[in-house]
Amino acid sequence: MPVKTQEGAQLLTGGDAVANAMAQIDPDVFPVYPITPQTPIIQTFAKLVANGKASTEIVNVESEHSAMSATIGSALAGARSMTATSSQGLALMAEVVYIAAGMRAPIVMAVGNRALSAPLNIHCDHSDSMMIRDSGVIQLFAESVQEAYDLMVMAPRIAEHPDVMLPVLVCQDGFTLTHSEEPLELTPDEVVKDFVGEYHVPLPLLDVENVTTKGIFALQDYYTELRYAMNAAMEKAVPVIEEVFGEYSKIVDRPFGILEEYEIEGAERVIFLMGSTAGTIKDVVDELRAKGEKVGLLRLVSYRPFPAEQIRKALAGATEVIVLDRSDAPGSVPSLHSEMAAALYGSSAKLRAHVFGLGGRELVPDEARAIFAGEAPTHIALRS
Amino acid sequence: MSGLRPWQELSPGGTIRPTDAEKPKTGSWRTGIKPLADLSKCTNCLLCWLYCPDSAILIEDTTFVGFDDYFCKGCEVCAAVCPVGAIEMVPEETETPERWVMRSDESAS
Repeated sequence: MPVKTQEGAQLLTGGDAVANAMAQIDPDVFPVYPITPQTPIIQTFAKLVANGKASTEIVNVESEHSAMSATIGSALAGARSMTATSSQGLALMAEVVYIAAGMRAPIVMAVGNRALSAPLNIHCDHSDSMMIRDSGVIQLFAESVQEAYDLMVMAPRIAEHPDVMLPVLVCQDGFTLTHSEEPLELTPDEVVKDFVGEYHVPLPLLDVENVTTKGIFALQDYYTELRYAMNAAMEKAVPVIEEVFGEYSKIVDRPFGILEEYEIEGAERVIFLMGSTAGTIKDVVDELRAKGEKVGLLRLVSYRPFPAEQIRKALAGATEVIVLDRSDAPGSVPSLHSEMAAALYGSSAKLRAHVFGLGGRELVPDEARAIFAGEAPTHIALRS
Repeated sequence: MSGLRPWQELSPGGTIRPTDAEKPKTGSWRTGIKPLADLSKCTNCLLCWLYCPDSAILIEDTTFVGFDDYFCKGCEVCAAVCPVGAIEMVPEETETPERWVMRSDESAS
């Protein structure tokens, strides 16, 4: 049973929270294969379905490759469809994730981010999400259990928007969020139901009065156009996300953004990252601000689409931008580093970048202080 | 074909409606052989219709009436699945009745 904390708030893990959101949305079909740390999501969801809270058809498939394949099929057939995975599961699913995006299936997927093997590890980093960064799926990263829940409630509206029609991944840090209880407010069932609305997909496969062919073969004549259309959809997704965030924000009275600006006003040194580690950075920002240091944090929520223009604007006053990637890119620089470099091209701001938190390694306040001070190694807390 | 369309005019994911598609003359791919059915042997099981990878089996209601040379690629699947041996593959130049069907008293010249 959820523990009551304050008036209207409950204590739930990130896994339980998104499972509750999914049950409130009540998708038609949920093909899934279990993997740590996604398991609490599907375990709780299955329990909620078994208890009659949702009427979803849960399909226990034989792999993540099949999970996404079945999700695409049902989404395009005309049923609201969701799935969930992590790490190796996302890796095995990767081939089909590209197909989901290319077929413009408005799927919602809960992700508990976890490091990729080898060596085998079950804890958080963002390397699984990075692997499918160019697949054409929207990826939203939560900082807290509350935000993971709220993003899940909003995700169908973004995925199914006629200007978008792309899968949306709601990403939360494995264990740090999926398995950790935080107080949160659940939005009432009826409010979620009204907000999400009825599922509608254009030209559904099961419309026998209007037959269609899906999963087409497109060669030199049409492949470029169909892939380009995903660029256009991603571009349109930015205002759509902002619109959906704005609408839901008014209902629940919590702010949402594709970026979170924390003490950005007048900040000279700004850390840029995604996920739960923002909490630690915020504490250190508060501490340094109290000492008069002009530091701030810019947290990225919408990794895809990557809002380069909004980032440039938010960092207009910064003299030093410090990018923290929770993934590595042997032989090059990781995603946030290179994309921030592109976004800041021509700016006079100095760019620094670090890799942190691989395989669940914590980033502690002392390290955050060292990062702001310019005294941290490229790979945070690397023993050498 | 009336020219290639720009990306804005394509359905999401390239979904094709019947009105979008040209009827490709797959029969032009045929390479030297075509099916010929003996209607006196045919039991009208329609396995050929079920298995034909194109739209080359002509039926009226539920009765097999022959082949469509516009679509038939000469792949031999119909001949392979016919349980009574009513379909044989013959050289393209063989003169055959309309729709490539005959009764056993007729013969392809």
